[in-house]
Amino acid sequence: MKQIVVISGKGGTGKTVITGAFAALAKNKVMADCDVDAADLHLLLKPKIKERNIFKSGVTAVIDKSKCTECGKCIKICRFNAINKDFVVDPISCEGCVFCSFVCPAEAIKMEKNVSGEWFISDTRFGPMVHAKLGIAEENSGKLVSLVRQKAKEIAEKRKCDWVIIDGAPGIGCPVIASLTGIDCALVITEPTLSGLHDADRVIGVARHFGILVKLVINKYDLNIDITKKIENYCRDNDIQVLGKVIFDKSIVKAMVEGKTIIEYRDGKAKEEIAAIWDRLQEIKEKR
Amino acid sequence: MIISVASGKGGTGKTTVAVNLALSIPNVQLLDCDVEEPNAHIFIKPSIKNRMPVFILVPEVDKTRCNFCGKCKEVCAYNAIAVLKKDVLVFKELCHGCGACAYLCPEGAIKEVNKEIGFVEIGEKDNLQFAHGKLKIGEAMSPPLIKAVKQYMNPTRTVIVDIPPGTSCPVIEAIKRSDYCVLVTEPTPFGLYDLILAIEVIRKLKIPFGVVINRADLGNRKTEDYCHKENIPILMKIPFKKEIAKAYSRGEIIIETLPEYKKSFQQLFSKIGT
Repeated sequence: MKQIVVISGKGGTGKTVITGAFAALAKNKVMADCDVDAADLHLLLKPKIKERNIFKSGVTAVIDKSKCTECGKCIKICRFNAINKDFVVDPISCEGCVFCSFVCPAEAIKMEKNVSGEWFISDTRFGPMVHAKLGIAEENSGKLVSLVRQKAKEIAEKRKCDWVIIDGAPGIGCPVIASLTGIDCALVITEPTLSGLHDADRVIGVARHFGILVKLVINKYDLNIDITKKIENYCRDNDIQVLGKVIFDKSIVKAMVEGKTIIEYRDGKAKEEIAAIWDRLQEIKEKR
Repeated sequence: MIISVASGKGGTGKTTVAVNLALSIPNVQLLDCDVEEPNAHIFIKPSIKNRMPVFILVPEVDKTRCNFCGKCKEVCAYNAIAVLKKDVLVFKELCHGCGACAYLCPEGAIKEVNKEIGFVEIGEKDNLQFAHGKLKIGEAMSPPLIKAVKQYMNPTRTVIVDIPPGTSCPVIEAIKRSDYCVLVTEPTPFGLYDLILAIEVIRKLKIPFGVVINRADLGNRKTEDYCHKENIPILMKIPFKKEIAKAYSRGEIIIETLPEYKKSFQQLFSKIGT
């Protein structure tokens, strides 16, 4: 079984459109959406939720006013400025470090467990899918990503699947790092813009920092052929395989509006190119 | 006035709106708080005056004083410390820098040392003041760096803040204390779904907001219908134009390629003011 994550650094380069197409193309796989704070893959795959679970993670300080002597010790030691002068904790600023509750001489601070989101095991027309929804303004997205990945892997192992295909988050921070550990291949989707290249370079740096095999796709490549060439040169210099290029095609948006993957929507260049990319990506299965 | 430019979904045009707005009105400071993937500098091309490294404090254990009692491990909420029989391991990448372990160590064996997580750069382009942060490759935690960028805020100016995509802690840190939030979206199902998430965040933070619809003719009408139904002002619509996409791809700004847009961005600003 191989695990692939689709990432990009920059948002909006086409991660989810391409991941959705892979769902339609790949056989014998489990899909996972690890962009837990703005998950979109379900809009294409329309999962039927089979199992719904609460994600509890981290704690928030709560001050019991009847015990509090207002000594100010907690305010002094809190590095996240989460306690105001009226001894009320701002749950958004509180990082759940528990420091305040250890130093409070009146034992007035207790820690309450956060409900940080939900995660789901679902069925789709392309097979099983694990996905999640981080609560609004919640923390610990990295932990939720790890949880979604672990569940997807368990299902894949149980069903003897060949693939776990993961839609990743934009950026290079904690959810992205959590989506990279132990991955067989990170597929970076970029676009021919200076920002696209700049951001791809940074996320490739992160993947390589963790020793992950990286391959790249240039989406909407015809929007600027010069920068597409620049990206190809960059890949050559950095020993990264360009798995393919996908043309800018308005039918990708039309497919999305209808809640379909481009593979199901209609024949055309973009569909052919994405299918060819999936074929080439499968070569990693043979490699050990 | 502090105006943040956010989106939920990535790639909808936050940086385009932030940069063009910043260059269309006088007396602006632009802060790029998307420290994981900062892009505004590609368009602004500021001359950087200063680069300041940003640190968080992480524990360092003096093993000659440590008696391996395990208190530090016990108080660490992030599992960043493991205590073995004759050793203590610190996993710096998990540490949030709260300081509990150092303060509570009964032997005084822990001191806190700086760990660099990235840097802030400040600079300017003509009359525009500029600052951004860049997270170091492999670092997981961006909020402390976002906080550091915001420390360079100049309250005598109109401050425009470019926000990272998403809805979790980095977004909150970047958006906090804004006077107004411009949400940039595209009229696609992905754009609308993530816009609604972003609106939930903004409502939780009680910040007034309005929407800019980018690539307004690619997709469907549902985003506009949603805004009308919810009584959310649509501040501006930017059509999909290959000239705009091409200019963007080369790191050029709309108002230079299509100067007529300068007025549209000024109107956007005046709508925010009211």
